Amino acid sequence: MSSWRELIAAAVLMGGGAALAQGTAIEGIGRAATPKEVAAWDIDVRPDFKGLPKGSGSVAKGQDVWEGKCASCHGVFGESGEVFNPLVGGTTKADVETGRVARLTDAGFPGRTTLMKAAQVSTLWDYIHRAMPWNNPKTLSTEEVYAVTAYLLNLGGVLPDDFVLSDRNIAEVQQRLPNRKGLTTRHGLWPGPELGGSGKPDVQGSACMSNCATDAKVASLLPEHARDAHGNLAEQNRLVGAQRGAVTTRGETGAKPAAAPLAAGGAAAIALTGSQGCTACHAMDGKGLGPSFREVAKKYAGRGDAATYLAGKIRSGGSGVWGGPIAMPPQSLPELDAKAIADWLATGAPK
Amino acid sequence: MSTDATASGRLIKAPENFLDADGVRTVFREGKAGRRDFIRQAFAAAAAGAALPLAHAQANPSAGDGDPNILNLPAHSTGLGQPVVTDGYGKPSKYEANVQRRQSPGLTQTAQASVSFAPLQSLFGIVTPSGLHFERHHQGWWDIDPSKHRLMVNGSDEKMLKRPMVFTLDEIMRLPSVSRFHFIECGANTGMEWGNVAVPTCQYSHGMISCSEFTGVPLKVLLDLCGADWKRGKFVLAEGADGSSMTRTIPRSLIDSGEVIVAYGQNGEMLRPENGYPLRLVVPGVQGVSWVKYLRRIELGDQPYGTKDETLHYVDLMPDGQHRQYSSLQEVKSVVTTPSGGQVLLDRGYYNVSGLAWSGRGRIKHVDVSVDGGRQWRRARLEGPVMSKCLTRFNIDWVWNGKPALVMSRATDETGHVQPTYTQLRAVRGSRSIYHNNAIQTWLVGESGEVKNVQLA
Repeated sequence: MSSWRELIAAAVLMGGGAALAQGTAIEGIGRAATPKEVAAWDIDVRPDFKGLPKGSGSVAKGQDVWEGKCASCHGVFGESGEVFNPLVGGTTKADVETGRVARLTDAGFPGRTTLMKAAQVSTLWDYIHRAMPWNNPKTLSTEEVYAVTAYLLNLGGVLPDDFVLSDRNIAEVQQRLPNRKGLTTRHGLWPGPELGGSGKPDVQGSACMSNCATDAKVASLLPEHARDAHGNLAEQNRLVGAQRGAVTTRGETGAKPAAAPLAAGGAAAIALTGSQGCTACHAMDGKGLGPSFREVAKKYAGRGDAATYLAGKIRSGGSGVWGGPIAMPPQSLPELDAKAIADWLATGAPK
Repeated sequence: MSTDATASGRLIKAPENFLDADGVRTVFREGKAGRRDFIRQAFAAAAAGAALPLAHAQANPSAGDGDPNILNLPAHSTGLGQPVVTDGYGKPSKYEANVQRRQSPGLTQTAQASVSFAPLQSLFGIVTPSGLHFERHHQGWWDIDPSKHRLMVNGSDEKMLKRPMVFTLDEIMRLPSVSRFHFIECGANTGMEWGNVAVPTCQYSHGMISCSEFTGVPLKVLLDLCGADWKRGKFVLAEGADGSSMTRTIPRSLIDSGEVIVAYGQNGEMLRPENGYPLRLVVPGVQGVSWVKYLRRIELGDQPYGTKDETLHYVDLMPDGQHRQYSSLQEVKSVVTTPSGGQVLLDRGYYNVSGLAWSGRGRIKHVDVSVDGGRQWRRARLEGPVMSKCLTRFNIDWVWNGKPALVMSRATDETGHVQPTYTQLRAVRGSRSIYHNNAIQTWLVGESGEVKNVQLA
């Protein structure tokens, strides 16, 4: 028997080329997923509500959750554009009837809110469930997700104040979404036949090589006052080569440097706290919405990496450090400005 | 090519009357130390009272005995250099510190749901160094322990696969692999420019594109291992493991062709954390949002998924108020990167105009370049190999006569699709789409040599 085994083994070895050919069965790699594993990760909810867990949540409950977990970024009424684009606004009662948001045809209307675009209520439920709150995703209960979805639609005038959204009535709610008929797949940008699009380009350029008709008038360029809006371009180009970056921040009246020079000491940093909006919540001394600059400087006085820590904290925001109920949202100021303020705080916030 | 008789002499005599050699060395040293303010002040001081040059070239003096850089041997010619493995993972030269990916100020309000742009103006060839690859995160990036990362493949119902499966990284890396060069472009690349010029340089106008060699397993291999029902399974959902758990519906046709790969390798090393370490989907020709990072799950289903990033974002607003959903392909496009916006030509005379072309529908067939705003075009040289759904580098000779010039490139792909002008694009799609702007880019070279981003109409 054993000699037969050896023969077979030898045959397999000699057939090594065949064993490497395409179509070789791949076995023993990967294993079956357990039902609990699939349940833990398969959280998507499709437009036909496949995957939606049973449950419900009221507008009233949604308001409570919203004020605790959503309003600091999205505003009490979902209107805030401070951290993310506004969620609510731009839709009308008529849109709820027609299923098309009329303002989307108005090129003069500024911005597009989430409710102006949302065509599938499943999208809202799925995304709130998988990715919200932004700094603590996947922590909302099923009831909370239903409730927050209901409250968001209530803010947009889609659902009444006393509504309770559930897996049983969500299909009816779908029929009230203001932009439910606002999407099309009839275009050439999906590379297959599945969605009914053409697959073909809708805009074709000209192949003309000589004496071509042109748009030879310069119709748009950056205004001179925006010359330094992206900083000094000389510092964004290699120092050798056929060309250099243009110096865009030097010697121009009214030009704003990319960052305040640290050498200027307290005055520059204090000016930054004003121009960057820090002083809306933080005072030099005494009480504001957040701790005063003096308190911050005192708290971190003994910490070796205070400047680095604070520069990161200024830009990323935070909560819980000072015990108050109000989180500091992430700030979008330039890194160098954050660093200037942090350096100033780390050196005791001198005046 | 004829040589312009007026093209002689340096446009800007610098730096000898601007900063002397010591001054330049000091600036380099301080620049290395990150002291940009010093550089500003040094230049400001040196230039005080003089006309401000837009830029300065290296001097190449031949007066007197010759160039002191030749006549006086430098330390690196007369001393002992540094030993091997001074740095176990080497870094670029300190003189390259300006070559960085950057954020566009004011584009996003947070740094975790944001974008950084690759410095196209400073790159050569077609491969983006992994550390300069553009970034797009929706909820911040992570560096995930690969020994704990898992990929699950399941179905939208129990019959879609013979069995749902789980794979470790060890197992995925045992499977038959492919290595392919592809570009990845954000659907919103050049999105700020739909209505008008908004940014100064090609880093910001076109820098949400990068190109790498990716290594991984064709997704079809994994789905076949699970016993996929290809008759019922028409769509695939890809899902990330990070906070946003990004999800997108992936085109079946690209999975069938074997082009979609579950990748772990990028440019010879593993993926960078910012680009999805240890696992990301590669969907050639399709916008970057579909290349799901930190890939944790694949689901085969019979319907598309209508996820947030294919319903609320990455939908293209048309003039009739409808949004195009599941727009995915990145159409034929090109940009001249050298010279490009925000740069200054140092002199008249010969230039190698260079740029990048690509198409999500296949190979680039040819690229035409105009320096007169689109009246006359000349065919550029394509650097090979020209690969499908990959960046292609083009080059063309140009002699700048010092007069204003409008430099443009126009790519054509193997399907015959020609890159349109802004006028042609807006006539169909308006100017509010945000996504899929593949219009011809125009750079205005002024008499000063400064290059500006402009749009023609």
